[in-house]
Amino acid sequence: MIEVGQISGSLRKRLIITLIGGGAVLAVLIYLIVRTYATQIAQQGQDSILGASVTSILDAANLRKGDIEIDFPYASFSMLKTASDDRIFYAIYQDDKFLSGYERLAKMNPKTGTGSTFGNTIFKGANVRLASASRTLVGEGLRTELSITVAQTRDSLNGTLNRIGQNVALFGAGFFLLVIILAFWATSAAIAPLARLTSSITRRGPHDLSPVISPVPREMAPLVFSLNKLMGRLDQSLTRSEDFIAEAAHRVRTPLATVRSYAEAMLQRVEKEENRRAMRSMIRAVDESSRAAGQLLDHAMITFRVDNLDRRTVNLSELVTDLVIRLTPIAEMRDVQIKLEAGEAIQVSADVILIQNAIRNLIDNALKYAPQESVVDIVIVANPRPEISIKDEGTGFPNEEMHILANRFERGSNSESITGSGLGLTIAQDVAEAHGGRLSLSNQVKGGACVTFSF
Amino acid sequence: MRYIFILIFSLFSPPVLGQGWEDQRLFSNGTSSQTLRILSNTDTRFFAPIIESFLATQPSLSIDYLVTGSADLYDIFRTSPAEFDVVISSAMDLQFKLANDGYALPLNDIVHPNWAQWRKSLFAFSTEPAAIVINRNAFKGILTPKSRQDLIEALRARPETFKDKIGTYDVRQSGLGYFFATQDARSSETYWRLTEVFGSLNARLYCCSGDMIDDLISGRIAVAYNVLGSYALGRTDAQSEIKVILPSNFPTTMMRSALVSRETRFPTAARAFIQHITDIQADGEKAAAFPLPPLDQTAKPLISLGPELMTYLDILKRRTFIQEWESAIIQ
Amino acid sequence: MKFLLVEDNQELARAICYRIESDGHVIDHAPKIRDALVFVEVGEYDLILLDVMLPDGDGRDFLRQHRAKNRATPVIVLTARSQVSDRISLLDLGADDYITKPFDHAELDARCRAVLRRKSGTAQPIKKLGDVAFNPIAGILTVSNIDVTLRNKELRLIETFMNAPGQIFSKQKLFDRLFSYSDDVSENAIEVYVGRLRKHLVGSQLRISTHRGLGYRLDHD
Repeated sequence: MIEVGQISGSLRKRLIITLIGGGAVLAVLIYLIVRTYATQIAQQGQDSILGASVTSILDAANLRKGDIEIDFPYASFSMLKTASDDRIFYAIYQDDKFLSGYERLAKMNPKTGTGSTFGNTIFKGANVRLASASRTLVGEGLRTELSITVAQTRDSLNGTLNRIGQNVALFGAGFFLLVIILAFWATSAAIAPLARLTSSITRRGPHDLSPVISPVPREMAPLVFSLNKLMGRLDQSLTRSEDFIAEAAHRVRTPLATVRSYAEAMLQRVEKEENRRAMRSMIRAVDESSRAAGQLLDHAMITFRVDNLDRRTVNLSELVTDLVIRLTPIAEMRDVQIKLEAGEAIQVSADVILIQNAIRNLIDNALKYAPQESVVDIVIVANPRPEISIKDEGTGFPNEEMHILANRFERGSNSESITGSGLGLTIAQDVAEAHGGRLSLSNQVKGGACVTFSF
Repeated sequence: MRYIFILIFSLFSPPVLGQGWEDQRLFSNGTSSQTLRILSNTDTRFFAPIIESFLATQPSLSIDYLVTGSADLYDIFRTSPAEFDVVISSAMDLQFKLANDGYALPLNDIVHPNWAQWRKSLFAFSTEPAAIVINRNAFKGILTPKSRQDLIEALRARPETFKDKIGTYDVRQSGLGYFFATQDARSSETYWRLTEVFGSLNARLYCCSGDMIDDLISGRIAVAYNVLGSYALGRTDAQSEIKVILPSNFPTTMMRSALVSRETRFPTAARAFIQHITDIQADGEKAAAFPLPPLDQTAKPLISLGPELMTYLDILKRRTFIQEWESAIIQ
Repeated sequence: MKFLLVEDNQELARAICYRIESDGHVIDHAPKIRDALVFVEVGEYDLILLDVMLPDGDGRDFLRQHRAKNRATPVIVLTARSQVSDRISLLDLGADDYITKPFDHAELDARCRAVLRRKSGTAQPIKKLGDVAFNPIAGILTVSNIDVTLRNKELRLIETFMNAPGQIFSKQKLFDRLFSYSDDVSENAIEVYVGRLRKHLVGSQLRISTHRGLGYRLDHD
């Protein structure tokens, strides 16, 4: 009955995804930055040792009788010892001539005296880091350039990096997990006012159109403002429709009442039978119009209400008893007796105004069709379901028309002499159906109609 | 001479080096399908028990045990690594260089103490000090030297007695001799003084410890310097003639090591063999039943497995060292 | 009985007054709330007939003020609004009953009678004529100390006669008094009720005489 409208995505999902996505990007970023930084530091560590090794070899070089002699210390290599037993390679060049070490090790061309240059290469199937440095040796009439390259595999470095990488990844994962938890928390915290607003509106009765006054976050203020405005307009328009219906009734009935009173006064003075009959018809027509107007308006009001039942717990016996008291004067006019059989309090959840209107219409009908000095029986039972039966001693429903009588403006073929609009049964049926019940018509064996309104 | 000969020979691949070997022995029970070729500088008698115990557990294997000097061994193996499955040598520096240069197959699942292995490629399995071995007769009436200093004084006191009676490695020929000499020189200045004394006494130079010990037993020389104690003690027949002295201040202690050729045809068998040696040698009780001294971490100063072993293999360093050594010993 | 009619529609008011006076009651007419307030200050009324929409205010305001002053005078509201919710709010405000315009006088009469019956309790007016006593509110006719509860039509018939004993009422007049215009019966039905009433009056000093061509008259011996 209530349309939700198109649902496009979820605010909660969008928020969570955005937060988690952001967290993931951040976690990856942290991972990359820390890893890069750690790599740099670890690489600097290896480079400085390689550089020191190169320097110690260079420092040991000297020229003796034109020959280069390099009595480099044991430490030149022992300093390159690592936990992962990295392999080392080195090459010593004089100018461009290979002197010693591993000949195929790529020779870099470092600038003299500017410290070591570093690089990566692959040697003997292994990734190696190499450091090169050179030094100019000056002897008797000889000037020569000595360059040294020392290389080391990167196992230890990689081991360290992997360890750091693992730790950083673990940290990143932890961070990400935290972000997920925070995302859920933050999202529900952000959504909570929305949920509160929703439930506060859902909990309202169907006729509560008062503005929302509980405080809401600033971002929701425009929504609540619009909602309040909409509800205000709705309230106004509802009040206006109700007022309109009431006003319409007044506007129609007051002149009818005047016409009727004139006609009645006239009737007092008219003697001629012909004229009297005409006056009576006129009065009857007035009555019929006014009754029809009343039922039309009632029907409009009912159509208006059945979409939004204002259910309350109602004591059915009390409600019917009350109606019977109100209708007794009308019954008395025709010396019709209303007999009410109601048990203990029978509680139903229903819209009081609708039920009153429906039952009133049914009793009204029964009183109209009941013959002078007869009895209308009203029986209320609680089991198997709450039910009100109204029986009269009239002519009953014409059998062949029973199924269409509850239709709008449909009247029984035996009702010409009785004022009515044909809406009474329709109203009762609409109300019964709105409450999940039904209205059933039947004729009693001993004669007379029986209308049962069940919940 | 032999060095060159082997180099030339090895050019004709596959080398059939039968006559070039100091020793060669095939361990087989006759039903074997795979023959593990072990290249070693260790005397066969030290390894035979270990090999036999190994073959007892691996009946489908046979082992061809080939012995040569440590320097030759290094060159032969570098020339044709596919010909051999396991390389065993006491020259730690050369073994290390083989491993460093990528000739060794890493055996990641071998359980061995970290200090006795390098990159899971090179596995040390014995701890052996270099010793001064003397002929008891020659030192009759003289105080037995306890250190290198004692030895220098004893030699200087009786130059006439020890003239031509000193034996030591020819470091130019023996890889192990060069290794011991460089380690000695690195540790102490005494080495050079001792070498000068040796030179003045016209010391005899040997390629191999075996010859040196033979001459010592026969009395041809009175002192053999930097001989492996284990070898001397192994000559049980001659213990009355010779005496092994470990220099009290700093005995140079090396570790014998093994590696599996990267190009081995039988990696599983080779691996099993390495596991077998290391199992025995790392366990003092097991090792006691075998002739090789066990691994002993408490031996000090122990030469550790590390890149520094390559220092004296540098051509320039070697040239300088040999020059100095020659000028000291050849006078 | 004394009635107060608060109604701004002059024609309707006139018609109501005419009918009520015909029933033998006294009725004052106030066209505005202001007038009505003056009337209730000055006079004592047995019943107030109150229109809801009045030129100077809402009838419900009058009702509220009236009840606030603790006045117990019953009020029947005349309303052109038929909405159930309106009716309920009227009853909540203290109206004793309501009647929707336009209404049949017979219904107003019935409602007034019902309200008075509920409200006035024992202080009900008794009309006496000869040895016959009649309580128009309860509809009880007492003949030789025997109470007879009359049916509605009988009650209205005896009431009409007793308000003007000795006057001849035509069938038409009586029909207008007794039946509502929606009742589809012929004027001859009057004879049935006159017959019934005669039965009730047997043995009393009262009797209804027929005057051919003119109508009926209540005679007192």
